[in-house]
Amino acid sequence: MATLESFRPRLRDRAALGGVVPPVSLLLVAGAAGLLVGSLRSEVFAQLTVQGLALGAVYGGLALALVLVYRATHVVNFAQGELAMATTYVAYQLIHWGLSYWEAFFATLAIAFVLGLVLEVALVRPVQHRSVIAAVIVTVGLFILIDGVVNWIWGGDFKYMQSPFGTKVYSVGGVSIARLYPGMLGVVVISVLLVWALFRFTKLGLGMRAAALRPAESALVGVRVDWMLAIGWGLAAVLGAVAGLMAEPSQFVLEPTLMQPILVYAFAAAVLGGLDSPAGAVVGGLAIGVSLNLVVQYVPSISSELQAPFAFAVLVAVLLLKPSGLFGHREVRRV
Amino acid sequence: MRQRLPAIVSLLVVGGALAGLPFTLSGYHVGLAAQVGIFFVAVLGLNILTGYTGQISIGHGAFMAIGGYTTAVMSQDHHTNLVLTMLMAFAICFVVGLLVGLPALRLSGVYLALATFALAVSVPQLPLKWSKFLGGRDGVQTSKTVSHLWLYGAAWTASAILFVLAWLILRGRVGRAFRAVRDSEIAAVASGIELPVYKTLAFGISAAYAGVAGSLFVLATNGFAEPSEFGVVLSLQILVGAAVAGLGSLWGVLAGAAFVGLLPAVSSSVPVIGSDHGRDVVFGSAVVLVMLLLPDGFAGLFARVRRFARA
Repeated sequence: MATLESFRPRLRDRAALGGVVPPVSLLLVAGAAGLLVGSLRSEVFAQLTVQGLALGAVYGGLALALVLVYRATHVVNFAQGELAMATTYVAYQLIHWGLSYWEAFFATLAIAFVLGLVLEVALVRPVQHRSVIAAVIVTVGLFILIDGVVNWIWGGDFKYMQSPFGTKVYSVGGVSIARLYPGMLGVVVISVLLVWALFRFTKLGLGMRAAALRPAESALVGVRVDWMLAIGWGLAAVLGAVAGLMAEPSQFVLEPTLMQPILVYAFAAAVLGGLDSPAGAVVGGLAIGVSLNLVVQYVPSISSELQAPFAFAVLVAVLLLKPSGLFGHREVRRV
Repeated sequence: MRQRLPAIVSLLVVGGALAGLPFTLSGYHVGLAAQVGIFFVAVLGLNILTGYTGQISIGHGAFMAIGGYTTAVMSQDHHTNLVLTMLMAFAICFVVGLLVGLPALRLSGVYLALATFALAVSVPQLPLKWSKFLGGRDGVQTSKTVSHLWLYGAAWTASAILFVLAWLILRGRVGRAFRAVRDSEIAAVASGIELPVYKTLAFGISAAYAGVAGSLFVLATNGFAEPSEFGVVLSLQILVGAAVAGLGSLWGVLAGAAFVGLLPAVSSSVPVIGSDHGRDVVFGSAVVLVMLLLPDGFAGLFARVRRFARA
């Protein structure tokens, strides 16, 4: 008798880091070693690395949201960044109404969850099986809609939020590092680990993985596939909200275009890691964050205006050379 | 011939109405109608690529930017005739489109959407980097500006020429190959169609159309080509126009262009919505609603009405 539990071993290899091949892990170890050596030799390099990792965590968080949505519904959500931006405005409003930062933080995550769930049920479900183009256009419409709503309610001018981590500066081995960056990194990493634990250790998580990867079979053992996919969208919105809330202090201002460049970096991160690999999204995010920061500083011909084109180049290069990314699975098409 | 009659009649009616329009409208409305013409060209071009060949692109704003900058730079630096700059935009974007089409050969579906989206975000950053040549954040201005009426004439003349061109391309051998690629790449290859040739060709033609639209677009903004006007949203608007028109239909394009060109302006003149941002709310909701209610866009609606009328 098939039960939901019997899916666990079959899902594991696809859900975890199973697909890591030796060259990829070697590459990652070499990269980490390079960063460490560079950081020990130069103070600026160390600061840029820490800042890059923090920004990279934000990109990775948003990329993970994209990957969750892609795995659950095979839709790339172009509105994911705008959704994150909108929820950050919600947090701004809650703080404005007198909540403390962390109260507002958790209230926002709850709101984001409901929002993601509702959007999936109301807008995405009807077009999901139609075509890639139809689904993309619905999320594009959502992009414009959310942008308009935020501009309508809060206006386009800069808003300022208090920094959740204060202005304290640590000194580690003679290198001064603002508390902001380890803070950002920590919050995103903890959120990602919680989501991972949810998927890995709970029955709900198992159901969601089963629903995303083997929808027909899991429906047979009683998983409510539709609801699992909707919850997947909700969780993605929560991760996006975390990314938005952590992106805001790094930009110092809140404006409606907050997440637009970050969405491009997150796309690059998700593709670099493999569009169907959650772990890949996070690793890809960190890699993109650090390399963007270092490249802009040390390669003279690439100035900060060329960050988006650089991410674009990475994206295209990965798609051409290894479309499945570092950790993704090769797509097998049935003819 | 008898089958073609309704098509020819409606073409004449639309053409006649467009020719008469400027004499009955105020300057502002002529400008608005010109705007629709500009979107007509862009949506038509994207429809050749996405609707007929099945390759999605969220990056057509990038080609419009290249076309627009071609016009602005040539006019400012060399005082080239504006109409001539449009032809140059067409040629340059055709070549750029072929080049973009080459890597796009290996991508499909979602991946192509991602890559072209990144293209749309990247291209407007380039003028900031090469600001000496391309004017940086302030942009480049053409040496001459044009009146609403000139723009209207130019936009709709270009639309008419390019519409006929599209019809000629799509009715024959090339169009058949495009549709075969869209419907099944494997079946197309099995029938002797060379995928690389037709996919890059579709990208080139489509980009060339976007280039002409871009150069008209720059003329519509007082001749200014600036990075900010070619933002991501422009690319999204063109894609929305093509989807609303109904992918794979030439007749829906007029409706799609009107949707994208007029809806924001019309909704911002409604008192309750009033503000600049209310119109994005209306536009975004309209896009989502159209996609949910009219899966085949306005072309599908026309077809349904026609069937209903016949029955």
